[in-house]
Amino acid sequence: MKLILKIWRQASPKDEGGFQTYHLDDASQDMTFLELLDALNEKLIVEDQDPVAFEHDCREGICGSCAMMINGRPHGPGEETTTCQLNMKAFRDGDTIIVEPWRARAFPVIKDLVVDRSAFEKIMEAGGFVDVDVSAVPDANTYPVARRDAEEAFDAAECIGCGACVAACKNSSAMLFVAGKVSQYALLPQGQMEGLQRAWNMVAKMDELGFGSCTNTGACEAECPKGVSLAHIARLNRQFLKAGFKKVGEEKN
Amino acid sequence: MALLDSKIPEGPLAEKWKKHKDSLKLVSPANKKKLDIIMVGTGVAGAAAAASLGQMGYNVKVFCYQDSPRRAHSVAAQGGINATKNYRNDNDSDYRLFYDMIKGGDFRAREANVYRAAEVSNNIIDQLTAQGVPFAREYGGTLATRSFGGVQVSRTFYASGQTGQQVLLGSYSALKREIAKGTVTMYERRQMLEIVVKDGKARGIVCRNLVTGEMERYSAHAVVLATGGYGTIYFLSTLAVNSSGAAAYAAYKKGALFANPSFIQIHPSSIPQLNDYQSKLTLMSESLRNDGRVWVPKQKNDKRAPGDIPREERDYYLERRYPAFGNLVPRDIGARAAKERCDAGYGVGETGYAVYLDFEDAIKEQGEKAIRDKYGNLFDLYRKITGENPYKQPMKIYPAGHYTMGGLWVDYNLMTTVPGLFAIGEANFSDHGANRLGASSLMQGSGDGYFILPYTIGDYLADEIKNPRLPIDDPEFEKAEKEARERIDRLMNINGTTTPLAFHKELGKIMWNHGGMTRNEQGLKEGLKMVNEVEERFYKDLKISGSTGSMNQPLEKALRVAASFEISRLMLRDALNREESCGAHFREEYQTEDGEALRNDDEYMYVAAWEYAGDNKEPKLHKEPLNYKYVTVKQRSYK
Ligand SMILES: Cc1cc2nc3c(=O)[nH]c(=O)nc-3n(C[C@H](O)[C@H](O)[C@H](O)COP(=O)(O)OP(=O)(O)OC[C@H]3O[C@@H](n4cnc5c(N)ncnc54)[C@H](O)[C@@H]3O)c2cc1C
Ligand code: SF4
Ligand code: FES
Repeated sequence: MKLILKIWRQASPKDEGGFQTYHLDDASQDMTFLELLDALNEKLIVEDQDPVAFEHDCREGICGSCAMMINGRPHGPGEETTTCQLNMKAFRDGDTIIVEPWRARAFPVIKDLVVDRSAFEKIMEAGGFVDVDVSAVPDANTYPVARRDAEEAFDAAECIGCGACVAACKNSSAMLFVAGKVSQYALLPQGQMEGLQRAWNMVAKMDELGFGSCTNTGACEAECPKGVSLAHIARLNRQFLKAGFKKVGEEKN
Repeated sequence: MALLDSKIPEGPLAEKWKKHKDSLKLVSPANKKKLDIIMVGTGVAGAAAAASLGQMGYNVKVFCYQDSPRRAHSVAAQGGINATKNYRNDNDSDYRLFYDMIKGGDFRAREANVYRAAEVSNNIIDQLTAQGVPFAREYGGTLATRSFGGVQVSRTFYASGQTGQQVLLGSYSALKREIAKGTVTMYERRQMLEIVVKDGKARGIVCRNLVTGEMERYSAHAVVLATGGYGTIYFLSTLAVNSSGAAAYAAYKKGALFANPSFIQIHPSSIPQLNDYQSKLTLMSESLRNDGRVWVPKQKNDKRAPGDIPREERDYYLERRYPAFGNLVPRDIGARAAKERCDAGYGVGETGYAVYLDFEDAIKEQGEKAIRDKYGNLFDLYRKITGENPYKQPMKIYPAGHYTMGGLWVDYNLMTTVPGLFAIGEANFSDHGANRLGASSLMQGSGDGYFILPYTIGDYLADEIKNPRLPIDDPEFEKAEKEARERIDRLMNINGTTTPLAFHKELGKIMWNHGGMTRNEQGLKEGLKMVNEVEERFYKDLKISGSTGSMNQPLEKALRVAASFEISRLMLRDALNREESCGAHFREEYQTEDGEALRNDDEYMYVAAWEYAGDNKEPKLHKEPLNYKYVTVKQRSYK
């Protein structure tokens, strides 16, 4: 199959960047999207051109590396799919495919399709953990957890930290990412102690890092490759309101 | 043989670790602040260790090549993590897990280490639960378990088919907590290239910053490698594509012995290779064999659709050959049995190199919902890749390279033969012998990280308190950086016509055909020749574009492939040396009448540890004899 690829090329964070057009004549529907990029890069390397930089590792939809916009959608067409799971059967002979990095103020481009997602790391450091020491813990069956709650906590914890929610959002909000973590712990007895503080701190950090605010468009949920649900944002909001009410923001950690 | 002092404590098996802990030196809180530890790797092992050491008060510097520690390869583990809680009251115990691992490893692992791994397993589940890891629960709210291959109890804890993700995120969150506290400093997007050894001790590392391309030097009182396995020597494997043994190999070149490199696990159930473009094989977790039944048609080259083949014309060959364990035989056995059927012409699918994993009976008995609850995400994964619906038709599976039991030789304290250089998780060789049982790697890595290394490293560091940090302009740092630069320049300047990816594919084919599921002398020797030949071409014809002064992914890859040649050679040599079959190492010349691995305990009951002797020189073999006091060594049987 013949394809035209318009790919964002940007040599460094300071570089302006722009689209470059590539013609691939021997693409196959048997490839995944990343294997298509591999094939393009093989050509570019041999022609002594700089290959397209993109992130990838697990290639099975779980590490969250393979961030890119394909034809205007995070991770391209397909429901609950990461780029590495995207099959070329989704495209037709003669198609033009536009490939860009995530676009968000909090995710500056490093090179080509590679962006800096360390803002997510900082949000996690603001409270994305249970405040418990190694070894100072009771037997795992001490606190029963209703199966329904455990399953919902798992659904929230499935987040792979890819950033598609941010890329999909017109406000570049990271609410779904934050909500997944806050909700996971809010549903479990282990996360209760510092629960409100966590919600407060993580949201405050998100605001500080230049992510936009949530206006409930639902674009994040629609593009989340793990199907993390908007219901978690509702839970986060409740926690956050409670935290504001109790003025936890004014307490010292 | 002073070099291989395993430091296994005296005393009864069940008391060794306790006694040993009591004898280890401690470092006072004030002194811990003065000590720096470098942790390379943030998988289950590295993240857990870094979090623990940070909490204890050491200064920890952590490195990974991804943009976030959360993306380490451990995130992909699916099926579960073992512990001897005996929550099912099925008479499980530390001894039973120990016994299962020793037997599963075909009597090629150290008793003391394995027992310790079983002993700390319960603490891990407690720890992870306290961290908010959402393990699967029963309706009553207690933790659920399931069974894995090679065992007859239900001791595997899980979080759907994403246990690795949840376990890693638990440890990652603990790591984040320490980073927030300032005890741990994180360095992402770094490729470690050299280990700095001064006066015989590991004192630092040299990395390439993957964003700027700059070389960076980091100094410490001890260096820990938690860099994972080297299964990507097969090119196609279930590992993350950027995984490699390059870091372990750098340690080997600095004097750390490399143990049992030929012990590589081929997992019986991965989605078969579908085409030549493929860059990765996707695992279908062993947990599926709790409910899935493996079969092939009884008739050769049977091209009928699976649903059209009546039950009596199906060969449930695992149940037939191994009635006691059935579909839950250990991985090496399951993998070879699949290969045997396919080689004999009974395989299915387009290529004839696949077998069925069928859930029809389980769905009939338990209903589709129950199966979806247990394996939903794996079924979805399967459907995404193959376009087939496993609720309606059986999965097609075939073995794939998966896990390396071999790795850096470590003593009971998890220290390599280079003082101050430790190895944990899949990067070391210690606990799985010649074959790893399912759900025991997350366990071993977490155990090493949370509960073993944090104690044993103190014993070494207690004597390092007086030693100041090695300045990074020390000649040893200069030398290490120069070596790394020269390696890079050499690769960049070849300017040939073949990409690193193409070379990797070529190497992978050789290794799969000559050092894969079964091996023989002639094939191994041929393999060695071929690896040498491709490597020679690599240094004449490699092509990397772009510059060294910025992000350059082909260069990163070329550095890994260069090390993979050398590891492959070591692996083939080890396989040649071991003239017996044991666990995953199956030499065709040594098998029983019914095709099982035939060990030679008189001559090969040892750990083969290889010492680097210089480029183009034969490595030197050291043997650590294995003694079994607490189990009866016998021919493994799962019948
Ligand atoms: C598909 C799959 C499913 C599995 N399922 C299970 C299961 O259900 N249960 C189970 O117990 N085990 C399972 N395993 C095995 C298990 O996942 C691994 O053995 C284990 O996670 C390894 O953990 P680790 O911490 O040792 O290393 P890894 O998780 O491999 O981490 C390696 C780390 O080292 C870093 N690193 C490596 N080289 C360098 C370098 N040169 N410079 C800087 N950083 C470097 C990486 O960035 C990474 O952070 C599975 C494995 C696979 C492939
Ligand atoms: S919530 Fe979904 S889209 Fe957002 S980072 Fe997590 S997995 Fe990605
Ligand atoms: S490469 Fe890991 S999610 Fe795509």
